[in-house]
Amino acid sequence: MSATLILAAVTRATSATPAQVSLSQSGLASFFGSAPVQLALVIGALVAVTSALVGVFTVIRRQSFAGHALADLGAVGGSAAFLIGISQLWGFVIAGVLAAGLMEVVGVKRVQGRDVATGIVFGLGLGLTGLFLYLDTQVPGTSNAAVSVLFGSLFVIDASVLPTVLVLALVACAIVLLTWRWLLVDSVSQDLAFVRRIPVRATGILFLVALALAVELSALTIGAVLSTALLIAPAAAALRLTKRVGFAILIAIAIGVGSTWVGILISYQSFGWLHGAHSWPVSFCIVVVLFVVYLLSGVALPIRARARRAAEVVL
Amino acid sequence: MFSDFLVNTWITASVVAVVAGLVGFFVVLRGSSFLAHALPHGAFAGAAGATLLGIDPILGMGIFAVGGAVAVTTLGRRGRSDVVIALSLVLMLAFGALFLSLGNEYSAEVFALLFGQILGVSSVEVGPIIVLGVICVAAIVVAYRRLLLSSVLPDMAAARGISQFGMSLFFALVVAIATAMSVPIVGALLLFSLLVGPPAAARSFSADPLVAIPLSIGFALVTVWVSIAAAYYSSLPVGFFVTLGSAILYGIGRGWFAIRVRRVATA
Repeated sequence: MSATLILAAVTRATSATPAQVSLSQSGLASFFGSAPVQLALVIGALVAVTSALVGVFTVIRRQSFAGHALADLGAVGGSAAFLIGISQLWGFVIAGVLAAGLMEVVGVKRVQGRDVATGIVFGLGLGLTGLFLYLDTQVPGTSNAAVSVLFGSLFVIDASVLPTVLVLALVACAIVLLTWRWLLVDSVSQDLAFVRRIPVRATGILFLVALALAVELSALTIGAVLSTALLIAPAAAALRLTKRVGFAILIAIAIGVGSTWVGILISYQSFGWLHGAHSWPVSFCIVVVLFVVYLLSGVALPIRARARRAAEVVL
Repeated sequence: MFSDFLVNTWITASVVAVVAGLVGFFVVLRGSSFLAHALPHGAFAGAAGATLLGIDPILGMGIFAVGGAVAVTTLGRRGRSDVVIALSLVLMLAFGALFLSLGNEYSAEVFALLFGQILGVSSVEVGPIIVLGVICVAAIVVAYRRLLLSSVLPDMAAARGISQFGMSLFFALVVAIATAMSVPIVGALLLFSLLVGPPAAARSFSADPLVAIPLSIGFALVTVWVSIAAAYYSSLPVGFFVTLGSAILYGIGRGWFAIRVRRVATA
């Protein structure tokens, strides 16, 4: 949310315009041939896979709010990073991990307490963002900051972030996979986790760190709005279709990657649909596709229930 | 500090604080911080759309906030509520992105909607804010017992014939009205903090709602007043002081609670 970010976004946005103009002359061949589109497809898929894996546990553990809060809280680091002169990416990641730790410290076991704890940390984080923003954006024309962070675009990503994104995504996935059994038991029943002597506290903190990593990555590359959508929607839809966590993750990854690609295609084709001069924002297209998929998965619920003829907890 | 151009600010901020303290108590009691976050943030898309169409932003925000409240509650009947809130919030924000990209030159206005504009309240805005504030307070007072029961003991409320869905919808609508009246002045950021911080602090001082609610309103008022004064003298953004004040109050509340629990334990 700092001045650099805005400037970067503005320059990248303007540099992306010629590409989009050529895109508008359409055809699938030019779609796959375009360099920004290729990068968008790759980064989108990478982020979608990580988000789906972490997202399934986020939904099971009822931590959607924390996931969303962490995305916005990364912006605190993003704006502070500019003040102290470190890289934007690390600002986001460090702030996310710190916020995750703080939430775990303030939060209590009950879901309601966690809700308030998230809210308090979140509120303070937003306030700090406002302050940093004020301190480092005394430059005229910086009011686009909030907009560019919230609605960052897949089409204007710098290719040089790809390796870092890849490594951090792998770390997030590794944490989830390594603590798989702990997470599963702890998410389903805390009493069972206690009996089995699972380090509940450590599991919670580790998971929040993985969540923070996944969310910060996508917030930085594709915008805070989209990161929450990619985290929650595929996982929630998948968990309506199956109760088996392994399956759910596979379905969630398929939904996440599929929706992202369809959204990118729609955004690409949308050039000139309404007012002529713009394509529709990528974030918007992907979010709408994800929302529709989630609604459709609700249609599958009664069918599945009838097939099973068993009363189940509705997810 | 109390000069003419700030009089409106003091009045509207106080109204917003009273409403936030009262509504926020139920936000914390029902564990719906996420809703309290989602409606103000989503409502900003309404403002973006309204500006695009050239109508009053407050109207656009009202429509989006109420629409969001209805969507969250009805979808929440069949899906899980935190998932539904997250997705609705994101969808509303995404529409905001679309409106922003369709319209061109008004991001300064959007910025003010997100982060507040407390030092520039015109006299025309004071009337509607007071009216909406009174509606919020009246709604809560009228439904006080039912709302309390359905928040604390949902099963018992259901047994007494109080519809859980009806109560959720009612409460979401109250939050939506509070949002529409507050956001144009104080910003989505500040409102959320006021809805959670002071009430959460008040709840650690007393479990009795008739004590905690006035305490919560008092905390919210003090936070807002001190913040305006601090913003006036330091010329830093008012939203920062409000969020900081809320967090400090909550910290004090938690500390007090811990001491009291220890005292009871030793006795």
